[in-house]
Amino acid sequence: MRLLLKNGRVIDPVSGRDETLDLLIEKGKIVECKPQIKTTDARVMDVSRKVVLPGLIDMHVHLREPGQEYKETIQSGGTAAARGGFTAVACMPNTKPVNDRRDVTEFIRTEARRHSPVHVFPIAAITLNLEGENLTDMAELKKAGAVAFSDDGHSVVDSQVMRRAMEYARMNDLLLIDHCEDPNLTASGVMHEGAVSYAIGLRGIPSAGEEVIVARDITLAGHFNARLHIAHLSTAGSADMVRAAKKQGIAITAEVTPHHVLLSDNHLRGYDTNYKMSPPLRGESDIKALIKAVQDGTIDVFVTDHAPHSPDDKEMEFDYAPFGIIGLESAVPLLLDRFVHSGLISLQRFAEMLSSNPARILGLEGKGRIEPGADADLTVLNLSKKHTIDVSAFASKGRNCPFNGWTVLGQPEITIVGGRVVYEAV
Amino acid sequence: MEEKIKARVMDSKKIKRAFQRITTEIVERNRDLNELVIVGIRTRGVFIAKRIQQLIKTMEEASVPLGILDITLYRDDFSELEPQHIIKKTEIPFDIAGKDVVLVDDVIFTGRTTRAAMDSLFDLGRPRSIQLLVFIDRGHRELPIQPDYIGKFLPTSRREKVKVRLKEIDKIDEVLITEPVKI
Amino acid sequence: MAFQHTHLLGIEDLTREDILTVLETADSFLEVSSREVKKVPVLRGKTIVNLFMEPSTRTRSSFELASKRLSADIINFSKQTSAVVKGESLRDTIENLESMQTDAIIIRHEASGSPHYIASFCRSHVINAGDGTHEHPTQALLDAFTIRQKKKRLEGLKVVIVGDCVNSRVAKSNILCLTRLGARVTLAGPPAFVPEQLKSLGADIEYNLDKALESADVVMMLRIQMERMQKNCFPSLREYAQLFSLTPQRMNRAKKRAILMHPGPINKGIELTSEMASSDRSVILKQVENGVAVRMAILYLLLGGKEREITA
Repeated sequence: MRLLLKNGRVIDPVSGRDETLDLLIEKGKIVECKPQIKTTDARVMDVSRKVVLPGLIDMHVHLREPGQEYKETIQSGGTAAARGGFTAVACMPNTKPVNDRRDVTEFIRTEARRHSPVHVFPIAAITLNLEGENLTDMAELKKAGAVAFSDDGHSVVDSQVMRRAMEYARMNDLLLIDHCEDPNLTASGVMHEGAVSYAIGLRGIPSAGEEVIVARDITLAGHFNARLHIAHLSTAGSADMVRAAKKQGIAITAEVTPHHVLLSDNHLRGYDTNYKMSPPLRGESDIKALIKAVQDGTIDVFVTDHAPHSPDDKEMEFDYAPFGIIGLESAVPLLLDRFVHSGLISLQRFAEMLSSNPARILGLEGKGRIEPGADADLTVLNLSKKHTIDVSAFASKGRNCPFNGWTVLGQPEITIVGGRVVYEAV
Repeated sequence: MEEKIKARVMDSKKIKRAFQRITTEIVERNRDLNELVIVGIRTRGVFIAKRIQQLIKTMEEASVPLGILDITLYRDDFSELEPQHIIKKTEIPFDIAGKDVVLVDDVIFTGRTTRAAMDSLFDLGRPRSIQLLVFIDRGHRELPIQPDYIGKFLPTSRREKVKVRLKEIDKIDEVLITEPVKI
Repeated sequence: MAFQHTHLLGIEDLTREDILTVLETADSFLEVSSREVKKVPVLRGKTIVNLFMEPSTRTRSSFELASKRLSADIINFSKQTSAVVKGESLRDTIENLESMQTDAIIIRHEASGSPHYIASFCRSHVINAGDGTHEHPTQALLDAFTIRQKKKRLEGLKVVIVGDCVNSRVAKSNILCLTRLGARVTLAGPPAFVPEQLKSLGADIEYNLDKALESADVVMMLRIQMERMQKNCFPSLREYAQLFSLTPQRMNRAKKRAILMHPGPINKGIELTSEMASSDRSVILKQVENGVAVRMAILYLLLGGKEREITA
């Protein structure tokens, strides 16, 4: 059955289109895109006064399946994504077992097809078991469906291994995503190193721990011409280096999470483990620099780094609690409120960072734009709806969200994946 | 809580006379003044004790040691006190073992303060005897405790309060009966 | 003077007036400790738990004596004697203890913020007896008490703290406590122990010990905490001792009547020579003695008086 979206404010970040149009969808594709489409046999959804964007893509999530289904499953994480306005996610390989071989990649894709309302694109490991020593069979993994490679949670610490990964990635046209962290500098740290960490007695993770690896990766990417994407960039220094590298023409892209641009290390003062994540919440000056990097294009993508944990896992002494917070069901409203409504970025830039850029970086054909022939993955936003973030209503199994109780303006209202409405706000 | 004064029952002249009478009684009862010590209970008991000490000196040319007792830590009515009730030092710079102790307080009411003071004294040593001096006995005892020396017996209702005001801290010697103002 | 706190989690939460109230109250308890019968009935019937997840002799026994001198009942738990070794979570441990009607929980824990964490859910008064590298409030209070006892004042005094300040909860609490009382605090040690950011707590920093000691009124030496230290904070103990050990010669740079403090236990020959520890400048044993009175004061101020309204 065909679907007709009527009178939506359609924004396409690739063409720069921003006008009130109708969209006709058939067999999972957008077939027509113009004002006042007349048709009879179609389900009609009136989306006037709503914004229609190409489906939002979160290219950095942890779905915990296989292995830690008590924290999240492909089904619960996929449902959370749909409710949060995302039509696709890319999931990191630190599952149990690690996604470092074909059968794990295939398992994820099969489970996703069966149980997830949104597309799930697996990211495979760069090295076996994320140990940083032996490369995975990257070509085979790509064939099995891996869209990128990352040892997320760790850096590939050995520079020679990273160099070899880059050379091999280049031959196979693969994307490498590096979590930049020098474990010697960050060892046993649990929060950003600075005045706050010293005052409250928590072991610090210095900015330098991220920046030395960002610098190294940029150097290697420049020498070995690999496509490199910096995961969850968090410091002013990292942003400066990425900006400079882009100027030099190095094929580098970068992402940032909502929490790193909305929260600072000052929030750690109450020892609430919902503020514990890696990289850690940084200082106020870092936040300013990250916002600037979002505005000037240095940072390409917003990601959630959705990292669900069961309440029991987080309910403990700060030092012992695991890193990570969830974000799939709070990111879009938070960014609409604090970035779009506050005028920091335009809706076009919002759509670029959450849809067309991740689609381009991951090489997802047919996604990230609205035009005839494109995939019918669409996110409909209601910009004027105010609501309070309530973790107890989340579809995710995680409750580890520091934004619980925040009141925000704007939220996803309809999520369409492959022409099918997978979520509709009541 | 606001209070109104119902009656002024003693003035400085009457107070002075009461002090003299009490001192005479103490001296008559305690032939061996060398074994006598006076212990005042904070706050007003201390000033009363000091006056007695001075009067004994004038009358008998004997100097009787004086100690100060803070009984906060021995009270059994703690929950009625404010949480930040500040304790002050107990200062008894002599051994009370074997002594005749005159324990001094301004007003006796339920008797609980005296009970606490006696507990406190026993932790400091074993006196030969303890005699109780109060300036006003206002009745309503809840414990079997009776004073040995009384400045004035003053029957009151439970609602009323008795205020012994002393020159040393109140700038005037007088005894008042007050009552909370009904709202 | 009012002390309106439910818990003692850190000096951070105390005002200057609060600290002075504790010191005044402790002064009265010092008198109790000097009596033949060193016991008052003020906390009779109260149950206190000493939960020590890290080893300690001084602090644990000091709290135990303080509780007993106030007639409270106290039970001791260590990591080894609790179900924590069987994997029980801290929350479960606390909730189980509390179901036995405890009134206060004194906790020492290797993880910073643990007292804050348990205070967020438990009904009892929580007293921090040292949390990780964060705070050790009763130690700072007894140090302030001892300095005041010896120097009669704290305003305007120069206090030098030497050693591993960044990993020392004693140093952190002392910086907050002493500066709130008007003293000036200078920190000395190698940069890994005394990072620049500690200035934000209100202290001065001096990497040269001789300079730091000039005209000091109080010198507080910290223990080198082998158990918390990372590699290469300084090259060797030998070189550390050369640069930062307190010798009689160095002590001469301080004021003539300057006092020497140490929270113990001492690594003799490293941060201090033995002769310094037992010299007439040293008030180290006074600190221990005063600790009981200060902890009695804290227990009294938190548990004495009006019953706490239970809202949780």
